[in-house]
Amino acid sequence: MNPSERRNLRNGLLFISPWVIGFLTFCVYPVIKSFYLSLCDYSILSPAVFTGWQNYVELAGDEVFWTAVSNTLFFAVFAIPLGLLLSLALAVLLNANVRGRGVFRTIFFLPSLVPMVCLAVLWQWMLNGDVGLVNEALRVPLNAINSLLGSELRPPNWLSDARYAKWGLIFTMLWGVGNSVVIFLAGLQDVPVHLYESAEMDGANFPQKLWHITLPTISPVIHFNLIMGLIGSFQVFAVPYVMTGGGEGPGRSMLFLATYLYQNAFEFWNMGYACAIGFVMFVIILTLTLLANKLSERHVFYAGK
Amino acid sequence: MALSTPQLHAVDPVVIRYWEKWAGFEADAMREIVDDFNSSQSRIFVEYSSVSQIDRRLTLAIAGGVPPDVAGIWAYNIPVYSENNALTPLTSMAEKAGIREDDYLPIIWKLCSHRNQLWALPSTPGNTALIYNKKLFREAGLDPERPPRTIAELEEFNEKIFKRSANGRIERIGHLAEEPGWWNGLWGSWFGGALIKGDSELTATSQENLEAYRWVQSYPERFGAEDLLGMRDGFGNFASPQNAFFTGRVAMIMQGVWIYNYIQNYAPADFEWGVAPFPTNDPEKLGDVSVVECDVLVIPHGAKHPLEAFEFITYVNSQKNMEKLCLGQRKFSPLRVCSDEFFQKHPNPHIRTFLELAKSPGAISVPRVAVWNAINADMRNAVNLIWTGKAPAEDALQAVQERQQKALTRSAARWERVEESLQKSWNSQ
Repeated sequence: MNPSERRNLRNGLLFISPWVIGFLTFCVYPVIKSFYLSLCDYSILSPAVFTGWQNYVELAGDEVFWTAVSNTLFFAVFAIPLGLLLSLALAVLLNANVRGRGVFRTIFFLPSLVPMVCLAVLWQWMLNGDVGLVNEALRVPLNAINSLLGSELRPPNWLSDARYAKWGLIFTMLWGVGNSVVIFLAGLQDVPVHLYESAEMDGANFPQKLWHITLPTISPVIHFNLIMGLIGSFQVFAVPYVMTGGGEGPGRSMLFLATYLYQNAFEFWNMGYACAIGFVMFVIILTLTLLANKLSERHVFYAGK
Repeated sequence: MALSTPQLHAVDPVVIRYWEKWAGFEADAMREIVDDFNSSQSRIFVEYSSVSQIDRRLTLAIAGGVPPDVAGIWAYNIPVYSENNALTPLTSMAEKAGIREDDYLPIIWKLCSHRNQLWALPSTPGNTALIYNKKLFREAGLDPERPPRTIAELEEFNEKIFKRSANGRIERIGHLAEEPGWWNGLWGSWFGGALIKGDSELTATSQENLEAYRWVQSYPERFGAEDLLGMRDGFGNFASPQNAFFTGRVAMIMQGVWIYNYIQNYAPADFEWGVAPFPTNDPEKLGDVSVVECDVLVIPHGAKHPLEAFEFITYVNSQKNMEKLCLGQRKFSPLRVCSDEFFQKHPNPHIRTFLELAKSPGAISVPRVAVWNAINADMRNAVNLIWTGKAPAEDALQAVQERQQKALTRSAARWERVEESLQKSWNSQ
């Protein structure tokens, strides 16, 4: 390395040092420290006492933790595909060349601007078992069926019945798909028009164009939304926490991993245990993301490749 | 965040930072006391701030080494804070200031103490009782001046008040163990039991607790779990005119002395209410059972000016100032001696009933253990399973017993590890 290269290296390092120092201080150090704390009995208030893998051993036998894992997986398994399908469908519709397209796009994006807490309070009332609008709407067809068949069907108590609570949350979260719609729309507008034109000359209809042109072309966008959805689903916290007034829901049906982590850290004074939950979450999200990358390798097409 | 205005002094006063959880008229009542204190002398200036989620912020402030000098927390926080050495013991300071156990209602002193040390002095206390809607009693053909005394009577009244609408929905219920359900983990106390024996034995499955939670289980069995769920779903927020008690959907609830303030703000103008001891299954044997809670003033560990902070706490605890504060917040005084003028001026017509309940030998507190929040979370879940008909009382309580006994044992072991050194350090302060 000659003096000029050394000077360039020094200057380069100096220029990126604010970012490097910030990254080391606010990302790397907390991650390392929280891993160490996950190996400790730590209440925040007292000094941490090293206990080895004790927290992880306890997690393995903690049935409430497994309830939180299963609730989170249930939410992810249904909310991610439903969210992707709905946002893609909306994006395709909103991409159509119709009058007032801008107005429609705004209308579908607006709910995404509602803060999480307001969204939760709003849907708490929408899904109210007694006076909620959703159930008022459901009562009409159910009453008709009941009078025809003599049955006693009734709309569910969405948020207070363990069987329906997570579905209530999934519907609520679908209301905020506007962000994904915008990303899909950007992807859709990048699909080369000449591909559609040549397909049309060959006599392709709408579903064929969608399947053979649109989806392969926007596959990197679908992949991106899938990964973001995966991360978001495993971190779901604010909406169920507010909706259930404390985060557990009926029979702990709305207790998610992030909520259980928060409870242990700030309500039960078990910060060490909470750090262990955080690391388990990290491993689960990492594994699923790698899996999603691997599985989608053959189905995602990049223009540059 | 509201701060009192600093005043000019010849010599710079010691400024002590005081964090309090209250807002609204409760904060205003304390602000008056703070202003009185600041103008009564020139050596100490109290900087008063209203802080939300005070327990969590205080935890982080103590851990970060920048706590306030005085903090207003809840008495149930004391075990976890003190066992983690996060508070300054007040035992010797209180002795020097001539503050004695005899000055306070017995349960209040107990709430301020833990592990043979005094950790706090009270600000304003509260306790529970049966609160009932007299109009609904009258409509059901019951004497509004004769509330139920036993659990059996409570259920008799419940059946008389219970009403369904034409479409089958439950329109009104006499009592619902889950509404508002703030002390769901303690129902055993009204059946002669307790949730924790000593400080390390969980007794969730004791005979008394089983009996209590079988009573909770009888609600879905009698009225239908789905119907009750639907009804409860329609209840509005506690602090709103849609509160089920104010709208007349529930006639009897277990609530605290603070209900007066909510009635003033949210209930209809013609709302008629009565207060009585909450029924027990054996009034002869158990007397009047009431859960007493208390807002308390503590000096966090690491506070810069503990002596000045204690001087302020002592000032709040003088009879005159305490009565002014409790009157402002419409509570009763935690002090044993209380002037007649206090009762004459007090707007809550039932304040003497609440005070008598707090003085009663049956006055209890939530268990004084460091893991109470975790145990309470499990009990809340158990009660939810029971009252929605998802699990019988035996199974739900057994699950809590197994899980939380381990937590309690672990917490006791944690304490044993540090007890000797901490007691030594506290006794030397």
